Amino acid sequence: MSAKFPDAAMSVLDLLFAPGFFASAPVQTALIIGSAAAIVSALIGVFTVLRGQSFAGHALSDISSAGGSVAFLLGISALWGFLGVAVLAAGALELAGLRRAKERDLVTGIVLGAGLGLTALLLHLDIGTRSSGGAAISVMFGSIFAIPASMVLSMLGVSAVAVLLIGLIYRPLLLTSLDPNLASAQGVRVHAVGLLHLLILSLAVTLSAMTIGAILSTALLIGPAAAAVQIARRPGRALILAVLFGLIATWGGVLLAYDSYAWTPGQAWPVSFFITSLAFLIYLGARLWKRLPIARRTAEA
Amino acid sequence: MFASYMINGWIMATIIAVLAGAVGLFVVLRGMSFAAHALPLGAFPGAAAANLLGINELWGLIGFSGLGVIGITQLAQRQRRDVATALVLMALLGLGTLFLSLSGHYAQGVYALLFGQLVSVSRAQIWPVLALGLVILVAIGICFRPLLLSTLSPDLAATHGVSPKRTDFGFLLLVGAATAMALPVVGALLVFSLMVGPAAAARSLTDRPATALLLSVGLALLTVWASIAAAYVSDWPIGFFVGALAAAFFAVAQLSRRFRRAA
Repeated sequence: MSAKFPDAAMSVLDLLFAPGFFASAPVQTALIIGSAAAIVSALIGVFTVLRGQSFAGHALSDISSAGGSVAFLLGISALWGFLGVAVLAAGALELAGLRRAKERDLVTGIVLGAGLGLTALLLHLDIGTRSSGGAAISVMFGSIFAIPASMVLSMLGVSAVAVLLIGLIYRPLLLTSLDPNLASAQGVRVHAVGLLHLLILSLAVTLSAMTIGAILSTALLIGPAAAAVQIARRPGRALILAVLFGLIATWGGVLLAYDSYAWTPGQAWPVSFFITSLAFLIYLGARLWKRLPIARRTAEA
Repeated sequence: MFASYMINGWIMATIIAVLAGAVGLFVVLRGMSFAAHALPLGAFPGAAAANLLGINELWGLIGFSGLGVIGITQLAQRQRRDVATALVLMALLGLGTLFLSLSGHYAQGVYALLFGQLVSVSRAQIWPVLALGLVILVAIGICFRPLLLSTLSPDLAATHGVSPKRTDFGFLLLVGAATAMALPVVGALLVFSLMVGPAAAARSLTDRPATALLLSVGLALLTVWASIAAAYVSDWPIGFFVGALAAAFFAVAQLSRRFRRAA
């Protein structure tokens, strides 16, 4: 290799990608899973932002932590725990009256509070039975590097289902998100589409809860989507941009976390920190970009 | 249950319940549940940061809750508030994971900060909370009418010279201060239940603001006291009971409202 590249370029590359980055198996798994989670979250995130349901999205991910705790308690795979509870929570939100916009904020809050109470209990039992305070950290803050390679296939399956569902109801989903009245006048079953949106949301939340932890998964859901919605004028473009931003945040986060072994000797910084921070920075960047004259000109053109 | 080591916990919980009930009513009326959830959760990394720096936890919590308030009001200027809240919350929590992992041995602390630990309250912890609590209550007392007006009719309030933006900011500061002090005791996730549940129930039960305020405080006290007692007897975490009771009060209040409408 060093015959091909000058030494200076090699050392820059080494600085960017700490040695062994591409060969490491956990990194490969993390990149695959992270990409799947980022894509699904970014796609459904755009609709969630447009619908003004960020709180519901965040509530679902917080409540899904109860699922992670149950899985820990029963010794089953965290994926099914997160998934089961997220779907149940989506049902509870719907039952409690999420579709009435006026009460939405309140109802989400109450369901979220009850769900978190349940998490408190389950984690308490986790700590009691397995005597490990680490359960709270791993459920809440996740670690993408700790996902076993055997989970990859089921997680990709969940992602495929989510993307397929989004594709199937793309037009009605978009229409109800932008203008529910118009949609219902055109004969779209707004209520059913809303329910499907919640269902896909719980799939996305499950995936990102596995990768960056239950209480942080909102970062992948809302961050890239909010940035894309700031910049893009058309829905299709917003979806593409959101996916791009999500992937940048995830890949950048994995890379930086891997590199950080070298910064503080012997201790890596958490991946979740890098992914959430990158997502936030991308959003701030999108806001700045919108103010630039060049962005205004392209928007007018 | 009323052993000497529990007394401080009872006193502390009572102060916090009164505050949460009062502040919570306006949270519910203004439709700011998400902010009320985000501020405590976003403030909890402050405790980890204070731990790293070796300063008093309360300062870390107040600092981070201040950051949260400023962040939300800044971003919400040209963005929907729910999106702004979500983004600020995530940025703060992201920092939280970093501080937690840098400080290493903090796993048990995380659980306590998220879900509360009432038993270990010391007398010295009560005084600052009591002082801050009184300040917040006095602030609510003084601003009760303008706050209510701007909550129920922002336009009318604006013609009376009450700026909606400034009221929003001021109110978020109140919420931030209340959560920062309640957090170490009832935990980041449960401050929120205590604010939203009883207040939402009170609002469904009455239309009169002053009655709703008293009812909200009363229900919050009932929730906390019952939760402490239940937690003591069962040895389950207090947070579970707070969350469940708050939701139960809300459900019952909603049902009774429906009955009254039908009657």
